[in-house]
Amino acid sequence: MRSSWKQIWPPIVAVVFFLAVWQLAVSFFDIEKWILPSPRDIGHEFAGNPAGIWDHTLATLKLTLIGFPIGTGVGLLVALLLHLMPWAKRAFYPLLILSQNVPSIALGPLLVIWFGFGLLPKMVLITLVCFFPVAVAAMGGLAQSDRVMLNYMKMAGASKWQIFTKLELPHSLPAIFSGVKISATYAVMGAVVAEWIGADKGIGYYMQLQKSAYRTDRMFVAIVIVVLLSLVLFAIIALLEKWLVRWKPRRNP
Amino acid sequence: MSQLTHTPPHEPVKSEIRTSAAGLHGLPPALEVSAVSKTFTQRRNSTPVLNNVSLKVEQQQFVTILGPSGCGKSTLFHIIGGLEQPDSGTVSMNGEIVTGQRGEISYMPQQPALFPWRTIEDNVLLSQEIKGAARDGSREEARQWLGKVGLAGFERAYPHMLSGGMQQRAAFLRALLAPQELMLLDEPFSALDALTRSEMQRWLLELWEENRRSVLFITHNIEEALLLSNRIYVFSGRPGQVLHTVDVPFPRPRREEIADTPEFLALKRQLSQWMREEQAKSRV
Repeated sequence: MRSSWKQIWPPIVAVVFFLAVWQLAVSFFDIEKWILPSPRDIGHEFAGNPAGIWDHTLATLKLTLIGFPIGTGVGLLVALLLHLMPWAKRAFYPLLILSQNVPSIALGPLLVIWFGFGLLPKMVLITLVCFFPVAVAAMGGLAQSDRVMLNYMKMAGASKWQIFTKLELPHSLPAIFSGVKISATYAVMGAVVAEWIGADKGIGYYMQLQKSAYRTDRMFVAIVIVVLLSLVLFAIIALLEKWLVRWKPRRNP
Repeated sequence: MSQLTHTPPHEPVKSEIRTSAAGLHGLPPALEVSAVSKTFTQRRNSTPVLNNVSLKVEQQQFVTILGPSGCGKSTLFHIIGGLEQPDSGTVSMNGEIVTGQRGEISYMPQQPALFPWRTIEDNVLLSQEIKGAARDGSREEARQWLGKVGLAGFERAYPHMLSGGMQQRAAFLRALLAPQELMLLDEPFSALDALTRSEMQRWLLELWEENRRSVLFITHNIEEALLLSNRIYVFSGRPGQVLHTVDVPFPRPRREEIADTPEFLALKRQLSQWMREEQAKSRV
């Protein structure tokens, strides 16, 4: 308990310090509220359910919670297929990397043209941002199985499927989780971008509305919520990892 | 998996072997390697690794391959285990040709190679799991064995919590509880410190004399070979071939004290000399 407290207090102090400087700077230089609201203003706005932000949050959360598992699943599936078919890996791996060079903000309008304003284009967008870190991490993990253990499995007469389920998959779990943690934060961002492009509810939509009204304070409220959502999702994945990879020695080798 | 078709000359007799100690002489050897050669070719360079190797492990015998490092011992194990095909020659077990077939042997690698995400108990059961041979009593049996080899209380521990010697004992147990009759032990103690090593040798000796499995053991430690084996094949340096075959005369059950007898020392001297000659040759 004590050691975890030791790890937690420096970032807390840093954040508090940052907020204090911000607050002081805004009042000292007398900055207009529509340019940069002070943390106090944002907190105040936050407390008062500004323009039904919680409904929008709920919509974004829903979108994230549907999109994230789909994206992660697609990532795992891609990694699995390419792992089992080395020739396919050689052919498609460069294309995978290329797909990440297309900015999602440019892809959004296209997806709207092709799939309309419903759930589908949003899912496609979130999947596109989520699957990549998972796929790359999982492929890396699957390819790096221990030689001695692999030889053991083969000599013991293990089938390809047994080698996969009993050796390669558990062996790559830590790597997969580092990918999933990244894509968890991407998922929230993906959802917001998707709403930004074409939706009638959600944080992304809300931000657009507030931007047009120059409600900078509400923009900040939205940002805070996006950050919190990402953090919570990240924490859940980290906890899941801690439980599933509990066999790993504490200190890093 | 294997592309080789094999023709079983008669019904497998495996089940009888374990139960009846009598009448072993009528049975075919647990393992027979006949005239196996293997050459690795890399670009234009071809390195002969094994040259016409023949050896036999009779039922319930402890047979050791003693050789300098780089004598192709590991390649031979890979061939027996079906990981690689010999260029020529055959491998047969219990009278059946099994060249290139996997899953016929129980293997213990040099490093313990316990699976870090499995508890010790689950690791020990892995060999049975792969063969689909786990029974209702398997887990209970594994627990009893863990107690017998001094790992009681570690059943649900993960491998990284154990010392090197303990991990090696767990790896040995995994091989021992495997459904395959023949055990291949690949320098199992080479990574241990001297004290742990001699302790493990004593432990293995006792355990083997109680359980009498057919064992093919690789080592480059002469004393270890003499203490444990019924028969020793002395290998040459690369390309590996059988130079000498030594039948170790000491009666069983053996105790460590035999290492002080004149017969033991004479044999040891003889083997050391052969080994030294081989080392010298391979240096040229």
